[in-house]
Amino acid sequence: MSRIEKRFAALKDKNQAAFVSFTMAGDPNYDTSLDLMKALPKAGVDIIELGMPFTDPMADGPAIQLAGQRAIKGGQTLKKTLDMVTAFRKTDDETPIVLMGYYNPIFIHGVEDFIANAKAAGVDGLIVVDLPPEEDDELCVPARAAGLDFIRLATPTTDEKRLPKVLENTSGFVYYVSITGITGAATPDEDAVGKAVAAIKEKTDLPVAVGFGVSTPEQAAEIAKVADGVVVGSAIVRSMADALTVAGPPKKSFQKDVVSAVKKLANATKRARK
Amino acid sequence: MTAHAPNSFRTGPDEKGRFGTFGGRFVAETLMPLILELEAAYNEAKQERSFKAEMENLWRNYVGRPSPLYFAPRLTEHLGGAKIYLKRDELNHTGAHKINNVLGQILLARRMGKTRIIAETGAGQHGVATATVCAKFGLKCVVYMGATDVERQKPNVFRMKLLGAEIVPVTSGRSTLKDAMNEALRDWVTNVDDTFYCIGTVAGPHPYPAMVRDFQSVIGWEAKGQMKHAEGRLPDVLVACIGGGSNAMGLFHPFLDDADVRIIGVEAGGKGVDTEEHAASLTGGRPGVLHGNRTYLLQDEDGQIKEAHSISAGLDYPGIGPEHSWLKDMERVEYVSVTDDEALKAFSLCCEMEGIIPALEPAHALAHVAKIAPEMEKDQILLLNMCGRGDKDIFTVAEALGTEI
Repeated sequence: MSRIEKRFAALKDKNQAAFVSFTMAGDPNYDTSLDLMKALPKAGVDIIELGMPFTDPMADGPAIQLAGQRAIKGGQTLKKTLDMVTAFRKTDDETPIVLMGYYNPIFIHGVEDFIANAKAAGVDGLIVVDLPPEEDDELCVPARAAGLDFIRLATPTTDEKRLPKVLENTSGFVYYVSITGITGAATPDEDAVGKAVAAIKEKTDLPVAVGFGVSTPEQAAEIAKVADGVVVGSAIVRSMADALTVAGPPKKSFQKDVVSAVKKLANATKRARK
Repeated sequence: MTAHAPNSFRTGPDEKGRFGTFGGRFVAETLMPLILELEAAYNEAKQERSFKAEMENLWRNYVGRPSPLYFAPRLTEHLGGAKIYLKRDELNHTGAHKINNVLGQILLARRMGKTRIIAETGAGQHGVATATVCAKFGLKCVVYMGATDVERQKPNVFRMKLLGAEIVPVTSGRSTLKDAMNEALRDWVTNVDDTFYCIGTVAGPHPYPAMVRDFQSVIGWEAKGQMKHAEGRLPDVLVACIGGGSNAMGLFHPFLDDADVRIIGVEAGGKGVDTEEHAASLTGGRPGVLHGNRTYLLQDEDGQIKEAHSISAGLDYPGIGPEHSWLKDMERVEYVSVTDDEALKAFSLCCEMEGIIPALEPAHALAHVAKIAPEMEKDQILLLNMCGRGDKDIFTVAEALGTEI
């Protein structure tokens, strides 16, 4: 059983939704980012989604765009992101790690090398925003053959006819994008999300996590009632931006501030079904 | 020519939207159903006589096509070699080739029932063309433009406003054309129901590179006929400038299987391709994936996209249409670069010799013509695509020449 499968199974036994956090690797620098990553499981994070910074994140809103720019400015590279995962795995071999990003840095790294290096580092799954099923031969098929999960986004524009194609090579879990739009932009309509999750679950046994517009503990709790997982990105990334000094480096309270924001979201998710 | 040369260079893309390994559909899932819908709508429209008839009618009566093919006698004499012909697409309504494509796409948007048109623009020519056609049809128009370009292309910004378009200055990333395209894609992902994204060049996810090429090919087809009429034969050399590459693809495509025609694309070399400040994706970049397609890109060793630089805002893009990338690798088209300074000299030469103020974009092509024409025989023919006029550039040129207007 993969780490992702184990985690969802354990949470199902507890009747809890998974809390999935998104942070950008290297934001605002490697060391701060790694320290925060190490603190996430204790703060209640069940699955860590780690962003691979890219100059042109076309599906991301301003908060995550800026996080990527800070990370690139801080010297983050794809290799360093994999190094972070290796470092994290020295003290935590259970929390699933999913890398999320765009295809070009992976393509330039070399697909074969990337898969081997990610696997060796202890990465469990990949979300690559600009690789739809039509481009599965690029990365999805070889990554799955190597034992990495390929987590696909399903969206409000994915209709009944297209859904089977989206699910065909998906593994680990399905990431339902709750809004048409960019990350952190709008508030999802919970009823519509519930219906969409139910429709996806009719077609697959995989867990369904929901993200892209979830930013408050209240919203997280609502989503946790209808989905197997809740993904929060922009709100956490914004709490990180707020914990930076004007000049750029993190405030002394950086870790405490961000962990506190994460805890509120995680607790709301875990208590939602009680 | 390489050993793998196909029977025809004009059959691409394949059903996956690929030109060899270039092109494709590298977009977020939210957009995937939209580009499939667009592909189906375009495939249907191009089979229909009424669609073509409506487009041709507007090209003739609204744009002013066919654009003339003009023999440039003084330039020819001055350079002392090949006969130089200019394909005068700068005489089109709105002053550039951009409107050829915009008309096609907006007629398609109307067929698809879309009511809101979005576009990205660099120099503003595509934005002006889009705002123009939207005004003509009473469609809502939103143009994304890098904040840096809004500043340096003020006349076009005002033009778009006069035409009723909403201009959104883009401050994300580094505030230029590449970021404007990101922002337009973000808009499209958000407004999926009523919005049509009118891309201005032969880039983006399939079917855009092929569709924009088809609409722009009117340039090459006209030129072919006009050249046969004027000289009784095809030209020896075609030259066009390349940013994303739509005017060049429009001229080149009908000639790709005419093996005797030498074809040259001219990229913006900025301050030199050996510096960090240029926009020559093919000469100075390597293949990667951006804005929905695989193509040559300016990028660092970690796959982060670099900013392009050119005196011409219209060439200031770190990528290039995927079909150009393929034609480069197949060695069917030669790609060269010209610096800002060389383009400026050619700009002045064209003003003084032919009474034509060219845009800075085709001034790049002319700079290369000035290099090769003198070495050609006097009975050889060189055809240059004069794809835009220079009214928009006079402020930039004045600044570069140290003159106050």
